[in-house]
Amino acid sequence: MEGQQYTVLERLANGLVRENPIFKLALSMCPAVAMTNNVRNGFLLGLAVLFVQVASNVTVSIFRRFIHERIRIPAYIIIIATWVSVSDMGLAAYAPGFYKEIALYVKLIVVFAIIISRLEVFASRHTVWPSFWDGMGMGLGFMFALMFVGVFREFLGSGSLWGIEILPFKPFFFWSLPPAGFFAIGLLMALFLWLERRYNAWRGRK
Amino acid sequence: MRRLLWPLLAFLLLTAQASAAGRILDGEVSGEHELTLNLGLALPVDWQWQGRIGVVERENPDIPLTVQAARLERDGRVLVLTVAEPLSAQSAYDLTLRASDQDPVEKFTVRKGFLAVLFSIVIGAALIQNFVFSRYLGLCIFFGASGRKETAVGMGFSFILVMTLSAVFVWAVYNFVLRPLHLQFLQVLTFVGIIAVFVQFLDTVLRKVNPFLFKKLGVYLVLITTNCIILAVPLILVNNAYDLWESLALALGSGAGFALALFLMACVRERLELADIPEVFRGLPIAFVVAGLFALAFLGFSGMSF
Repeated sequence: MEGQQYTVLERLANGLVRENPIFKLALSMCPAVAMTNNVRNGFLLGLAVLFVQVASNVTVSIFRRFIHERIRIPAYIIIIATWVSVSDMGLAAYAPGFYKEIALYVKLIVVFAIIISRLEVFASRHTVWPSFWDGMGMGLGFMFALMFVGVFREFLGSGSLWGIEILPFKPFFFWSLPPAGFFAIGLLMALFLWLERRYNAWRGRK
Repeated sequence: MRRLLWPLLAFLLLTAQASAAGRILDGEVSGEHELTLNLGLALPVDWQWQGRIGVVERENPDIPLTVQAARLERDGRVLVLTVAEPLSAQSAYDLTLRASDQDPVEKFTVRKGFLAVLFSIVIGAALIQNFVFSRYLGLCIFFGASGRKETAVGMGFSFILVMTLSAVFVWAVYNFVLRPLHLQFLQVLTFVGIIAVFVQFLDTVLRKVNPFLFKKLGVYLVLITTNCIILAVPLILVNNAYDLWESLALALGSGAGFALALFLMACVRERLELADIPEVFRGLPIAFVVAGLFALAFLGFSGMSF
C-alpha cells in the first residue's frame, strides 16, 4: 500500500515481462531445466504452479492480519504445502498419464522460491484482489517461460510441437538431451538481456 | 575415530547376517526372469507347495509377481523360480514360502549383499544420478552459493549435515507415525514442516553449543530450507521403501554429490571472472552454460551400474 494503485494489466505485464520469474528474477529454475524438453510438460507444470501461486496468494492476503510477523515463514510454507497437496492429488486423479512424468516436480512446488517470495513481497501487504492478479501474472509468466523454453527445445530437438510432428526429421537432436536445458536457459536469458538493452537504448535515443 | 569405526562395521555386518535366518540361506537374481535360492537342507514339500509361493517387489508390496514355475534342483537344496515379470538385480524382492500345510510361513528378502546395496546407493546418488547435474534439482542454491570456493565448501558441509539428520528424522516419522495411521497423503505437508522445524532447531542449538561452527555455517542453514533436494530425498526414499541404512546412504550420497557439484562449479566460476565474456552473458547466463557442460560430462556416468 505504497499509495500506488495496481491495475490488472499492470500486474499481468509485471509477471510476464518486467519481473519474469525465470528470465528476470532467476528463481525456481529447477523445473525450467528439467521439465522443458517438450511443451506439454512445461504447460502442465506451469498450470500447477499458476494454481498454487494464485491460491496461496489469495489465502495469505485474506489472513494477512492474523499471521504474526514472527511465524510468517512457517505459516506460508504450510499454506503452500496445503495447496500443493491439493494440486498434486488433482493432477494424479485427472491426468494420471502425464502426472507420472512430472510427479516429483509437482510435489517440489512447495520449495519453489518464486511462490514464497511473492507471498512475502506482495500478498502479505496487499488486499485480495491485487494479490489475485499478482499471482495470475507471476503464474502466467512462469508458465510462459516454461513453454517458451519447451517450444524451443522440442522444435529443435525432435521437430515437433505438443507431440505433433512438424518436421519429418530431427533438426538438432542435442536439444532433446536433458543437459541441454542448462544451455537453453543460459542462451535465452542472454537473449532477453540483449533485447532489453537494445530496447532501452532505442528508447533513450527517442 | 578408529575405536568408533570397528564396532560400527561389526554392527553393519551382523545386521546383514540377521536377515538370513530361516531355512533359506541366500538368494540372488540369476537371470532376467529367474530367482535362485539356496536352501540349507532339502525342503520336505507336499504336492501343493508350488501354489503357495509369493513374490513381491519391495516397492509395491500390494502387487504380486506371477510365479510361472518353481523347481527344486540338486536334491531339493536349490530352488529356482521363474517369474513372468522382468527382474532387476538392483531391487529387492520379498518372498514367502510354505513347504507344507503344517509349516510356518517362511519369509525371505532377495537382494544383493547389504554393503553392496549401500555402496551402490551412495555412488548412485552422488555421481550417476547426481542431484544437480542429472536430476536438475537444487539449482537456486547451486547458482547462489557457487560464486566462491569458500562459500561452496561451507554450504556443502552444512548441506551434508542437515540432509543426513533430516533424512533419518523424516524416515522415522514416516514409518512410525504416518504409515501406521494411513496418513500418507499428508507426506508433503509433514516433510516440509519437519525440515523447517528441524533447520530452525539446528540453528538454535548450534548458536548455543558451538558458536564457532555457527559463525561458519549459520548463514547457509536458513537457505537450505528452500532447497529442492532437501525435500526430494525424503520423497524418493519413501517412494522406494528404503530402510534406515539405505536412507542414510541416500542422504549421504546426495549430500556429497551436491557438495561436489558446488565445489566444481565454484572452481570454474572463480576463473570465469577473469575471462573475457560477451557482456550479455556475464553472471548467470554463462554459469548456466558451464553447468550444461558439467551435466554433459556427468551424462557419461549414466552407463555405470553396480
